[in-house]
Amino acid sequence: MSAGRRILALHLGVLAALLLLQFALPPYHHTNVARILVLAGYAIGYNVLLGYTGLMSLGHAMFFAAGMYGAGLPVYYLGVGAPAAFGLGLASGVGLALAFGLMALRTSGPSFLIVSLMFAQALFLATLYFNDVTLGDQGFILSDKLAPLGLGGAQFGFHEPGVKYNVALAIFAACLATALALRLSALGRVLIGIRENEERTRLLGYDSFRYKLVALGVSGALASAAGAGYALLFSYVGSTFASILFSIYPLLWTLLGGVGTVLGPLLGTALMFYLVDTVSGVTSSYLLFVGAALIALVLWFPQGLLGTVRSRWLPWLP
Amino acid sequence: MRLALEDVRGGYGRVAVLKGVSFTLDAGEVLALLGRNGAGKTTTLKAIMRLLPVRSGRIALDGTDLADRAPHSIAALGIAYVPQGRRLFPYLSVEENLRMGLLAGRSNVRVLEAVYALFPALRERLRQRAGTLSGGEQQMVAMGRALAASPRVLLLDEPFEGLQPSLVEGILRAIARLRQSGVAVVLVEQRVDLALRVADRVVFLQNGLTACETLPAALEQDPEPLYRYVGVRR
Repeated sequence: MSAGRRILALHLGVLAALLLLQFALPPYHHTNVARILVLAGYAIGYNVLLGYTGLMSLGHAMFFAAGMYGAGLPVYYLGVGAPAAFGLGLASGVGLALAFGLMALRTSGPSFLIVSLMFAQALFLATLYFNDVTLGDQGFILSDKLAPLGLGGAQFGFHEPGVKYNVALAIFAACLATALALRLSALGRVLIGIRENEERTRLLGYDSFRYKLVALGVSGALASAAGAGYALLFSYVGSTFASILFSIYPLLWTLLGGVGTVLGPLLGTALMFYLVDTVSGVTSSYLLFVGAALIALVLWFPQGLLGTVRSRWLPWLP
Repeated sequence: MRLALEDVRGGYGRVAVLKGVSFTLDAGEVLALLGRNGAGKTTTLKAIMRLLPVRSGRIALDGTDLADRAPHSIAALGIAYVPQGRRLFPYLSVEENLRMGLLAGRSNVRVLEAVYALFPALRERLRQRAGTLSGGEQQMVAMGRALAASPRVLLLDEPFEGLQPSLVEGILRAIARLRQSGVAVVLVEQRVDLALRVADRVVFLQNGLTACETLPAALEQDPEPLYRYVGVRR
């Protein structure tokens, strides 16, 4: 089997397994996996910037929150339907990413990290400052404002577990397909070139600023799609999702799963989600266990789980 | 096609390395840029690509001043640079490295066939990660990637460094074929004997200045400049 077919078969297999998994899961895990799928979409977006382009951000929560508020506010105040709200959330994230990129991509390395953190903090504080509109950290609930999704004459409420799961899976599949297509495209090749040696890429005739802006736009689009999806599926919008913690999470998920691997963010998100979920049921000091897991990761899997698998056993893994 | 440097001065920060470099280069010509360590050979190539600021003087391609152009824009004009140490993208395959040279669709994929004709060994390594290749193979990929952009001018910085004799011959043959196809080559090389085998003209740099311009045949008659500017006795 050629490498291309093997890659396609693997990713379609993962999506098929996730589709079938919903029929075997008990209700508690059913919701958990739906949540993981949306958050994995967010981590995939983060990985486009860090893993493919080599830009580490500590401000990605602003794109997730832009998607969340961009979708949630029109539903809450104007009664906009879910598809239009999702589109507005996506547009908010992409617009913010491009505007941010035009300013922040003049920096690189640690400077970019700090600038991204500052912008995200500004947005987080804005969600608190304008609490007449955003309702601050108390946030707002969408369940009684959101109309069911109409499809072929049938109505599907977002509170239904099956709808929640399958819409989450659709968002994840779209994010995964985008990341895979990007990785295998000429554009992805240029982004990896920028990650490995930006000067060399420029000397080959590529305007690295423009390419990094495109990467940031794609990354912002995926993060905001996840944010919009999260707001609509789990019916809550609050400033917590704009806090620095939500910028650190996708970094941890990506590091755990494997930076620069297409499936790594899913694996990292799932493992970290269940680690926190399990340990927090036993002790409130669950972050100690998260820290121990990260130390183990650095010691034995410095390239992340799938990054290590790729370097040792499966070099064809994208 | 003509690349012209006129009294180019520049360097790193406050340190002036180039204090007046001048030469011209025409299509299908190989110019060897020779000099001792620190004479300004690599710095001259970097100045052409605008990797460091040029304080005064002029660098022009076909009369178009390259001042205020970004490196990617200079590459798009048709100047390709193969730096010392190859600088491949180690995690990309050989084929992906070569395709990076296609200038995002501006060159035709068929150009790669010409690259494989120059370096047949690469065809067997297309799927291999570039970082795992031998030094000679990496040099071929670096040159092939530059040639994939169909350049009019090729800047080569020490292409023979660390190569075994059979690979050296292959690179020499490739340079000769490029000359035949009309590509102009600036060759910076410490191994003077190799540079003189393929060069049409020789420019010696000394302390950042163009010290002497001559022909390889003239150096056969009078090798004194080789000793004065490079420290090589014949």
